[in-house]
Amino acid sequence: MAKAAFKIWRGSSEGGEFVSYTTEISPGMVVLDAVLQIQGEQAGDLACRWNCKAGKCGSCSAEINGNPKLMCMTRMNTLPTDQPITVEPMKAFPLKKDLVTDVSWNYRVKEKIKKFKPRPPDAPDGTWRMMQEDIDRVQEFRKCIECFLCQDVCHVLRDHHKHEEFIGPRFLVYAAALEMHPLDTENRLRDLKDESNIGLCNITKCCTKVCPEGITITDNAIIPLKERVVGEFYDPITRFLNLFRKK
Amino acid sequence: MAEYQTYEHDVLVIGAGGAGLRAAIEASAAGVSVGLVCKSLLGKAHTVMAEGGVAAAMANVDDRDNWRVHFSDTMRGGQYVNNWRMAELHAKEAPDRVRELEAWGAVFDRTKDGRILQRNFGGHKYPRLAHVGDRTGLEMIRTLQDHGIHQGIEVYMEVTVIGLLKDGERVTGAFAYEREHGRFRIFKAKAVILATGGIGRAYKITSNSWEGTGDGHALAYDAGAELIDMEFIQFHPTGMVYPPSVRGILVTEGVRGEGGILKNSEGRRFMFDDIPDNYKDQTADSPEEGWRYTQGDKNARRPPELLTRDHVARCIVREVKAGRGTPNGGVYLDIAWIKEKISNAPEHIKKKLPSMYHQFKQLADLDITEQPMEVGPTTHYIMGGIRVDAETQASTVPGLFAAGECAAGINGANRLGGNSLSDLLVFGKRAGEYAVEFAKEQTQGEINQSQIEEIKRRALEAFERTGSENPFHIQHDLQAMMQDLVGIVRNEDEMQRALVGIKELQERRKKISLTGNIDFNPSWHTALDLHNLLTVSEAITRAAIERKESRGGQYREDYSAKNAEFGKVNFTIKKEAGGNMQIERVPIPEMPAELKQIIEEMG
Repeated sequence: MAKAAFKIWRGSSEGGEFVSYTTEISPGMVVLDAVLQIQGEQAGDLACRWNCKAGKCGSCSAEINGNPKLMCMTRMNTLPTDQPITVEPMKAFPLKKDLVTDVSWNYRVKEKIKKFKPRPPDAPDGTWRMMQEDIDRVQEFRKCIECFLCQDVCHVLRDHHKHEEFIGPRFLVYAAALEMHPLDTENRLRDLKDESNIGLCNITKCCTKVCPEGITITDNAIIPLKERVVGEFYDPITRFLNLFRKK
Repeated sequence: MAEYQTYEHDVLVIGAGGAGLRAAIEASAAGVSVGLVCKSLLGKAHTVMAEGGVAAAMANVDDRDNWRVHFSDTMRGGQYVNNWRMAELHAKEAPDRVRELEAWGAVFDRTKDGRILQRNFGGHKYPRLAHVGDRTGLEMIRTLQDHGIHQGIEVYMEVTVIGLLKDGERVTGAFAYEREHGRFRIFKAKAVILATGGIGRAYKITSNSWEGTGDGHALAYDAGAELIDMEFIQFHPTGMVYPPSVRGILVTEGVRGEGGILKNSEGRRFMFDDIPDNYKDQTADSPEEGWRYTQGDKNARRPPELLTRDHVARCIVREVKAGRGTPNGGVYLDIAWIKEKISNAPEHIKKKLPSMYHQFKQLADLDITEQPMEVGPTTHYIMGGIRVDAETQASTVPGLFAAGECAAGINGANRLGGNSLSDLLVFGKRAGEYAVEFAKEQTQGEINQSQIEEIKRRALEAFERTGSENPFHIQHDLQAMMQDLVGIVRNEDEMQRALVGIKELQERRKKISLTGNIDFNPSWHTALDLHNLLTVSEAITRAAIERKESRGGQYREDYSAKNAEFGKVNFTIKKEAGGNMQIERVPIPEMPAELKQIIEEMG
């Protein structure tokens, strides 16, 4: 059976280093299998998160050979084995231990976004009517598994650390899903402009590239939201008309 | 005496999958203080894996459907050992619970007139499963999560409960550790709801994540509560079998609902060869009729691939044992064949089953729109669990409630696909509601320090030992043994060996030693989970030995027929004073005449 070499980041917020491991590789194996095998055989205290092992829960995000990926969906046979495979934690969040990062910021951000507020039901029995073609876009956004890989590669967060000002692609997608929900009556555009600072995104599309669910984050979510914000706050005709509108 | 960070709530919910979240939402809506503890991050619980849909007789697609049909289907699927009152409440309340999700932002697939679309599923007479492609569980957990975070629920992520605390007979809290630094925590509560999900990790081939270690089952058992129906485990007929590293990952029943067929290596559609008598009237005579059913023809009957899961799983095992399996020990599940019937088949499949397409493409290099999948049974769900009152979800211990997979009753000997998602909504809500009612009548109980010190001592002893056992190895050995000896096909001899094996593993567990410190240390977590896994494994085995018949999820080759006498009883399990596991046969209460009549009318 073939063997593969790994360099896995071991450490805490106080520092750490790559540690080398070698483990056997069986057909079809993914990086998560190898990491769990190393944990089971050689390093019982190697910390990593995982749950479904099928790309559905978004727990096992890591940087594999420098690329942000889900460990459970990265096949070993897609990686070169002539040199050690590096596995590191996500960089946009503080490290807890080894491959586990503190992603609690994401949960705090989400709570600040105004919740879903439906219009009154359409039918006397309290139900609504929505056409499939009107929800296709929202369903695309709702495929998000909250792996936070998009947040990890967003340079506004990763390089410029603007976590206090910017909500990142995940929550722009979340806001877009709410804003484009046919039943929703809330308006989040001012918050998107002032609190979420959507303007900080300069649409480099790094987030779209790493999304394991293939959500077209930039084109389908962020750009339309930016357009709505511009339409609401920067369009000269709207601004002129707003002068005469009651506050 | 050590001091621990202590949190106080009126209601404490343990587990943040669908049932836990729904319970927490209900409780917090009543204005009480609610704590929600989960082993993983919020939104990652196993509910996220549910694919096919949530069963509710809304009659959006077929107006012949109503709660009576759903009730009758659930009882038939469970082979009539269900708690009939739970099955009744579930069938009646599921539609409202699903509609409520829409009010909270869920976006289900639509019918042509804009209502919630429903699909066919095994054992359901009419198209009944509200769904979102094949990622219904994600939609549900996200909807509950995104609604719940605005309710003032206090969420404690990556915290594991290792013991329930009691004041006299009453449960008054829980003792837990947080993963990051292994610090212990005390949760005081007037009522505690267990919503910890399943036990799949007791088996080698499973669709369950690492979390499915029977925590709630074992916590309740250790606190003196009764378990019931533990012999009934659902082996889902279609798990992936190749490559080895993905063995067990679920392939949704929705594939068959959309027209997928099962074939053996000879190309024979073997499900037509064995149709149980009580389903003959409801099952298609020909492949052609079966196809029409999947395409919504109301005059057609369902194809045999959509018989109940217990039956389909056994048929697959039989084919493989008879040498008609695939090279990797499964059978073929073919959805690609529908290109003979519809023109845009590949696009249709990708639209209806996107994550299946994705999963096979990425993990098995297989395009399901072109080639058949290889599938075989995988440990999926436990029908058994904490014995609860149908109305209130109260366990047999005051102050302790349970909902979702860790509770038992509604499913009897076999669960119908789609009934778990509706179960967790209906009974999650009820657990929340009645836990609040109970909590309002109580004051905070006393926390017993000696209980805490004892739990803590046991939790930490593996760090102080210089034993030779690796917790991961013990877990692997248990999984292999349960798979071999207490799996889909069971007999007395093998199960007696399993009991001996469990004893040995319990001894080995006492020799575990751990490397590293207490910070986020998976070997320590695994060592602690082992207690739960061994407890539920023993309960499963003992109950399976006692039920000397074959029914639903329990198939005994030494008692291969159904026995009417066993159809009148459930088995309960309790910890006796001396610490041994005590099993008791309890009669199923007489069903009221109106429910009996429904079952008779539905044939």
